[in-house]
Amino acid sequence: MQNVPSTRPENAETVKTGETTEPGAPVTLPTQRAAGCPFDPPAGLAELREERPLARMTYPDGHVGWLATGHSTVRAIMGDSRFSSRYELLHYPFPGGPEGPLPSAPVGDMTGMDAPEHTRFRRILTGKFTVRRMRQLSDRVAEITEERLDAMERGGPGVDLVEAFARPLPALMICELLGVPYADRERFQGHAHTIMSMDVTPEDRYAAFVGLQEYMAELVAAKRAAPSDDLLGDLARDSDLTDEELVGIGGFLLAAGLDTTANMIAHGTFALLTEPAQADALRADPDLAPQAVEELMRYLTIAHTSVKSALVDVELDGLLVRAGESVTLSLEAANRDPERFPDPDVLDLHRKATGHLGFGHGIHQCLGQQLARVELTVALPALLRRFPTLRLDVPAEEVPLRTDMSIYGVHRLPVTWDEA
Amino acid sequence: MDVRVDRDRCLGAGMCALTAPRVFDQDEEEGLVVLLDARPPEERRAAVRVAAGVCPASVITLTEHGSSPAA
Ligand code: HEM
Ligand code: SF4
Repeated sequence: MQNVPSTRPENAETVKTGETTEPGAPVTLPTQRAAGCPFDPPAGLAELREERPLARMTYPDGHVGWLATGHSTVRAIMGDSRFSSRYELLHYPFPGGPEGPLPSAPVGDMTGMDAPEHTRFRRILTGKFTVRRMRQLSDRVAEITEERLDAMERGGPGVDLVEAFARPLPALMICELLGVPYADRERFQGHAHTIMSMDVTPEDRYAAFVGLQEYMAELVAAKRAAPSDDLLGDLARDSDLTDEELVGIGGFLLAAGLDTTANMIAHGTFALLTEPAQADALRADPDLAPQAVEELMRYLTIAHTSVKSALVDVELDGLLVRAGESVTLSLEAANRDPERFPDPDVLDLHRKATGHLGFGHGIHQCLGQQLARVELTVALPALLRRFPTLRLDVPAEEVPLRTDMSIYGVHRLPVTWDEA
Repeated sequence: MDVRVDRDRCLGAGMCALTAPRVFDQDEEEGLVVLLDARPPEERRAAVRVAAGVCPASVITLTEHGSSPAA
């Protein structure tokens, strides 16, 4: 998100207030997870989903829009081109955002674009992230995984799994794929972290964004001069992207690849360690991994919230969403909808979790999902098999949770094991 | 069952190739859907229905014929 003056899209024509058939009083977005339930969505979302799957919501800046919690409603909105993703039309659902809509998306940030601008970027990139290409990376993922597990074994017992395993694997993979030197990580990891934080000031976020841009600009200049055999090198050579666009895309892909899979590995391990029978099932049957990954994606939904804005009046579930109104989509509530997933609050690695919204839905559905799938399918079983006695090294209540981040998970995960 | 895809609206998310790999693939350059089998045999139809349902851009359309129960 860039810190530029925002233009308000609402004009007299689109704003009509006070007309809605939704009966309840506007709610605010629940964000507090119940104590002792690190894997469950914030308290209150389940009740809302049951009673008012599309509810009026008051945003922290005063905007009155909507909150969607039902699976079919959330999915329908994500797949509907009458809802826009342009940041400058969106009101921020969490405290600490600007007064009024967000600043428009920086160049190269695809999540903040609509078609046809979005289509252009997506088309340039999809060929680089196909199922087949990502599967070709499996061997490399397995190699890095074994290296990290060796290092962990030598250094342990007793490590922070986030530092020792969960962060390095996706970071190494995205760096190799993009052609970003992993040795430079001091120069981008901190910035990427700040950009993903929900409770930093706009100034700090902007500074981090600029820092990441500066790093990428140097890298892009180097790739233009001598295109290397990697994603950024390919784009520098073959695409019609401007330098500014290439810098923006590179920074965005790097940030998207660093923090997401890392949190799925760490939080997924946390969940499995608190459900030893499930962990054992995965240890015993490697073929269970692909399905287990889908279920963990559903159950944990670390990318918990998305926002869209109605471009025109839309009738939905018998309610009228007016042009200009923001709709907050609770992906985590949708993925626990009993109408879609029976016994939704149970982690069951044997269930068919296909159709979960953990990677989103519609034109913005995660570009990197096949990479994430390969990483998770390899990493989680390998970790469990290497350390049959893997367990938490602190009481579960003491694991620091990422309640302050747009990607949920754990900040640290102290684990230990018995030496063989 | 007849299967059709609309490549113009495909996003290359790959859910189809993941779900029904004998029926859908993605091309190497653009990553867009490639239909391998427009009339898949009985044993693959269930997977094809799932693929059509999870495609994030809803670009897979199915025409069911009398012989098998419609999804
Ligand atoms: C398990 C890990 C991951 C999760 C949970 C995840 C989740 C998501 C979600 C929910 C969206 C849609 C956002 C919205 O519509 O509001 C998204 C978009 C995106 N993700 Fe991921 N992601 C993961 C891994 C990755 C990786 C490894 C990459 C690496 C390149 C990546 C790149 C992207 C990009 C570029 C988009 C924007 C796509 C677009 O706007 O067309 N993601 N991701
Ligand atoms: S699932 Fe849909 S959008 Fe994704 S590659 Fe297949 S046809 Fe294209």
